[in-house]
Amino acid sequence: MTQVHSKRLAPLELAVPLAAAALWVIAPGQLGLLTQIATTAVVVLGLDVVVGYAGIVTLGHAAFVGVGGYAAGLLALHVFAEPISGLLFGAVAGAALAFLTGFVVLRGRGLSLIMMTVAVAQIVLEIANKSRKWTGGDDGLSGFEVSPLFGIFPFDFTGKVAYVYSVAVLTICLFALRRIMRSPFGLTCVGIREDRVRMSAMGCDVSGHLRLAYALGGALAGLGGALSAQTVQVVGLHSLSFTTSAEALVMLILGGTGRLWGALVGTALFMTLHHVAAELDPFRWMFAIGGLLIAVVLVAPSGIVNGVLGKVELWRERRAGL
Amino acid sequence: MQILASIAIDSVTYGMTLFVIAVGLSVTLGLIRVVNLAHGLFAVLGGYFAWYAMTVWKFGYVPAAVAAIVLTTTAGLLLERLLFSRVYRRSALDQVLLSIGIMFVGIAACGAVFGDGIKTLPLPPLLSGPVELGFRAVPAQRLLVITCGGAVVLAMWLAYSRTKVGIRLRAVVDHTDAAESIGIDSRLFYAVAFALGAGLAGLGGILGAEIMQIEPFYPTKYLVTFLAVVAIGGLGNIWGSLGAAMLLSGVETSSKYLLPSLGSILSYAAMLAVLSFRPHGLFGGEEGE
Repeated sequence: MTQVHSKRLAPLELAVPLAAAALWVIAPGQLGLLTQIATTAVVVLGLDVVVGYAGIVTLGHAAFVGVGGYAAGLLALHVFAEPISGLLFGAVAGAALAFLTGFVVLRGRGLSLIMMTVAVAQIVLEIANKSRKWTGGDDGLSGFEVSPLFGIFPFDFTGKVAYVYSVAVLTICLFALRRIMRSPFGLTCVGIREDRVRMSAMGCDVSGHLRLAYALGGALAGLGGALSAQTVQVVGLHSLSFTTSAEALVMLILGGTGRLWGALVGTALFMTLHHVAAELDPFRWMFAIGGLLIAVVLVAPSGIVNGVLGKVELWRERRAGL
Repeated sequence: MQILASIAIDSVTYGMTLFVIAVGLSVTLGLIRVVNLAHGLFAVLGGYFAWYAMTVWKFGYVPAAVAAIVLTTTAGLLLERLLFSRVYRRSALDQVLLSIGIMFVGIAACGAVFGDGIKTLPLPPLLSGPVELGFRAVPAQRLLVITCGGAVVLAMWLAYSRTKVGIRLRAVVDHTDAAESIGIDSRLFYAVAFALGAGLAGLGGILGAEIMQIEPFYPTKYLVTFLAVVAIGGLGNIWGSLGAAMLLSGVETSSKYLLPSLGSILSYAAMLAVLSFRPHGLFGGEEGE
């Protein structure tokens, strides 16, 4: 079913830069928020690979986001400040941590799996908190400069370069992910999610595959963390916190798991609402987002995108029937 | 020796509190099979209701606690009937989203109604002093927590193994369809179990108010701890929850006393170790999905 829809919505990679350009014209004062949405969307796409495609429910995604961010920040601070290699370094750091912890974490199922992902993220957070010398502890890692993109475009205070850069990275990730998820690897992930026993009976190396999917998700999370570190120029402990993991999961489920659109829609909706309501007091923000989550579950099961697509499908069938 | 005694007393107090709060979560997760990340809300509601009864209605400690538990149980019953019962057969991700939504709304409501400060429950004179136990003095409040926890354990064991309700509950758990076909109303049992779990969490919230302070963000702050108890104890395993609560509180308390520089690393490492070798929980069986 996913396949049918994804064919119909193929120009996704085009839609993102077009929407980004349109939003720039409509709300030029909100480039900061839009950049943040783009960087977070990369993280949530990574989570979609893990949760939506491979069916590994995790509440520890923040570990990879934070490690990617710190890796990019430390590289810029101590070695060299070229942005693209920083991104790749962040992605490799995220992927390596995910792949290695995958050996332990992926032994569990259900709640024990979730709790092990939480434990890994909390341990990483605690280590980052204790090694003040490297990470700055509570104050966060700052003071690193990112050199101009391709040596030409400097990351200045207007945030225009940062915005175009983040949207470009997001688009490339989408382009790559769509192909990966349609490849035998992606389809095997979905197969494992749907029926693990049958896949393993067919001779598929289930745990090896899951580790790779987990590492791919970690790579995207690290990439998103690095992107955020470069565009905001600070990495805080918050990026490793349980809240970051939980919010990413909420954004993903809100939009709809198992399809790339869902991750984008959920992220944009959640972050915009967060931005609007955060200007009020925090309790009203929690009331608004909490109410939205309850309403989505009761009205549009399995996320907004799936809900809307379901309605469209129904409408088409009805029209065809007439 | 003194420090060992302190560690032991603090661990048992904290562990009993954790058990009383988390056992309801273990029941909802393991028996009803619904993911409820908002369970901490019931604990903090218990604390808030008790505070309100004591400071506004001028109730004594015990009547206030009883009123608070009744109110929390009612809140649990209402939420179960209105919201949770609608998602029993839905995917775990929908349940996660719903319960996070409920938790957020609950936090916002607590903040709006009770304010965002920490609420301390005033202790009656009988409970605020120390009690001489021969080998050392122990704060009376801790003894109350340990006694109440022991009473809950005993009551649950008796109810589960010796009463008709307990037998029927086990029947529903083992085979819902067969239990229903001989006339047991499983929905009623789910509702009752959920509400009782909420009430117990309320009791735990009141008992633990000194260690886990009553404030609006309580449900998110301790969510991981409660889930850890359930995961290590094995889903739906009451005795496992007790053991897991004691294990976690023991590791955390001793690490606080002896190795404060490590923070919470040891607790999480212990959880990781246990779960990677026994994914169904330290005390869980081999069954499960």
